[in-house]
Amino acid sequence: MNGDEACCEGALAAGCRFFAGYPITPATEVAESMSRRLPEIGGIYIQMEDEIASMAAILGASWGGVKSMTSTSGPGFSLMMENIGLGICTETPCVVCNVQRAGPSTGLPTLVAQGDMMQARWGSHGHYEIIALSPSSPQEMFDFTIRAFNLSEYYRLPVIILADETIGHMNERVIIPQEEDIEIVNRRKPTVSREDYLPYEADADGIAPMANCGDGYRIHVTGLTHDDRGYPAMDAKAQEKMITRLVDKIRKNRDKIIRTQNLYLDDADVVVVSYGISARSAMQAVRDARKDGIKAGLIKLDTIWPFPEELIRSVASRSKAMIMAEINGGQMVLELERSAFGACPVSLVSNFGGRILHPGLILNAVAKAAKEKT
Amino acid sequence: MTTAKAVKNVPPHPMDGLLRTERIPHIWCPGCGIGTVFSAVLAAIKNTGWDPNTIAMVSGIGCTGRMAGYIRLDSFHTTHGRALPFATGLKLAKPDTKVIIVSGDGDLFAIGGNHFIHAARRNMDMTVVCVNNFNYGMTGGQQAPSTPLGAKTTTTVNGSPEEPFNLCDLAATCGATYVARWTAMQVRSLRSSISEALEKRGFSFVEVITPCPSSFGRRNRMGTALEMMKFYQGRSVIRSDIDPSEAVVDIDREIVVGKFVDIERPTFMDHYEKVNRLNLPQWRAMHPDHQKGR
Ligand SMILES: Cc1ncc(C[n+]2csc(CCOP(=O)(O)OP(=O)(O)O)c2C)c(N)n1
Ligand code: SF4
Ligand SMILES: [Mg+2]
Repeated sequence: MNGDEACCEGALAAGCRFFAGYPITPATEVAESMSRRLPEIGGIYIQMEDEIASMAAILGASWGGVKSMTSTSGPGFSLMMENIGLGICTETPCVVCNVQRAGPSTGLPTLVAQGDMMQARWGSHGHYEIIALSPSSPQEMFDFTIRAFNLSEYYRLPVIILADETIGHMNERVIIPQEEDIEIVNRRKPTVSREDYLPYEADADGIAPMANCGDGYRIHVTGLTHDDRGYPAMDAKAQEKMITRLVDKIRKNRDKIIRTQNLYLDDADVVVVSYGISARSAMQAVRDARKDGIKAGLIKLDTIWPFPEELIRSVASRSKAMIMAEINGGQMVLELERSAFGACPVSLVSNFGGRILHPGLILNAVAKAAKEKT
Repeated sequence: MTTAKAVKNVPPHPMDGLLRTERIPHIWCPGCGIGTVFSAVLAAIKNTGWDPNTIAMVSGIGCTGRMAGYIRLDSFHTTHGRALPFATGLKLAKPDTKVIIVSGDGDLFAIGGNHFIHAARRNMDMTVVCVNNFNYGMTGGQQAPSTPLGAKTTTTVNGSPEEPFNLCDLAATCGATYVARWTAMQVRSLRSSISEALEKRGFSFVEVITPCPSSFGRRNRMGTALEMMKFYQGRSVIRSDIDPSEAVVDIDREIVVGKFVDIERPTFMDHYEKVNRLNLPQWRAMHPDHQKGR
């Protein structure tokens, strides 16, 4: 199956029973698969009037107690930004899959890019933390979609899947495990009475148990800055408290959230960092470099956000150079530079979108970096 | 706005069970008509006799949208214009929930206009109460798609050069199953209309012509809050069952009020059930009792 279809199957395996979306290349097949598959298992598919509505609808469905998802690409992702912020502020579990195409604007609708990395991080206004995952194959589309739901349910926020056109449309074998072999996480429910329940009072790990609509807790949910009761609180102190918690629940659990796949890191001189489809080109380049006798290594970012700062810092301190391979003008390379903190030179291999990175291009950069004197 | 502490030693209000009394005092200006509409909504909800745990209120952003913060129901204060798609997701996820949307004319018909026409077209089973105060109250009184031609707002100081929507006509045209309009002063009719709307299967819509004395009233020299209330009531003529396109709102001549639409039409869920029942044996097996839920 292709990556988009694998995303759909992953969502269903994770327990998603509500999908709201709007067609857009190259994410349309996610919606089409959902429209076919959801009714078969008693779920709801609805095609909304636009992506703003789609995002709003999945938030509403999540408060109705149903795991929910939408999928889109660049232009639609832009439209979703305000309500992604509502999801962050109200701590609403849900999943947004962005199958990236080249932008800005309508750009290249049918061709690959990885240009929405920073938009996923900072696209909604205000300060917040986000979780984003980046699959590099249809199998990972399946696996990461399940993980996206689990993370969203646990940490209570919209989790973003940053796929790309090539992965979305690529056909590969996907192994779907037995139901009992799939780990499923569900939101934590309150155990106290209605009188004692404070909807935004967190447990020790920073996560607040969530009452769904109709559970009898009669919650108030608002995108205004709010106190533990969920009531609007219009002052700097309340803002400080709320944002600190929203940020800390991700930052303090970074180690549990961040995942990378590392190749030859033990003795690598030159380390390529990449993600999504570009990580496959990078893997090829690193293998080819090893054949040429160059000590190359790879960090494949399975989680894009939060960024693995600590790992990068320690690898940078023992590497000769690090290279980011990505299909944009240089987005995650900024994070790489920041995290390497001057410990080694950092460079970029990229294009602006429309085609994938040729492994040869990355190999050249690796060979060049390996030769450079330090 | 204040973060109210729990109010002590006050006599119980008849709507106490449905009010988040600890959040009183509210943020509305003295004399604002929204309070009257809110009371009517509370009374109508009480009147249904439904278990409050099965009712949810969803609002957008604006002075009207703040109602969601004062009602002791599961209540959702969403983003500007997006109450209806949020409510759509909520309703479909939990079809047995009665969903009531309260929001302003700007929220529902400017920024949220696209969602309104589609929620009505789909006949989503929900009730929308629109406080039409002819302007954007929350942001200080700017022009709205309901602002009468020639009326003054902070962004139309020489008079609005645009013709407004007839909100009831729009709702009816888009497929609402129940459409009514009252002024905030016509409390009894308003209350019973909202009750009817709540009981109605399908997309029901009640427009309430409501004074905003602080902004619209002040700029158009309409006097005190009470004078404004009386002015709207005085202009109103009850003409139920006329074609909604003829149910004009002309604050200089007449404001036609009444119940304009009360029809039956299958809802989104009715159709969704039907197409899946016909074509999917799995669905038939899972939903033996297909009449359940509204
Ligand atoms: C996306 C967005 N744009 C603008 C605003 C600012 N804003 C808040 S309320 C409002 C208008 C409210 O008018 P209406 O819906 O008629 O409600 P009222 O206050 O009159 O009850 C506007 C423009 C916003 N909150 N969000
Ligand atoms: S600004 Fe107008 S609508 Fe808003 S609370 Fe004041 S009087 Fe009411
Ligand atoms: Mg208004």
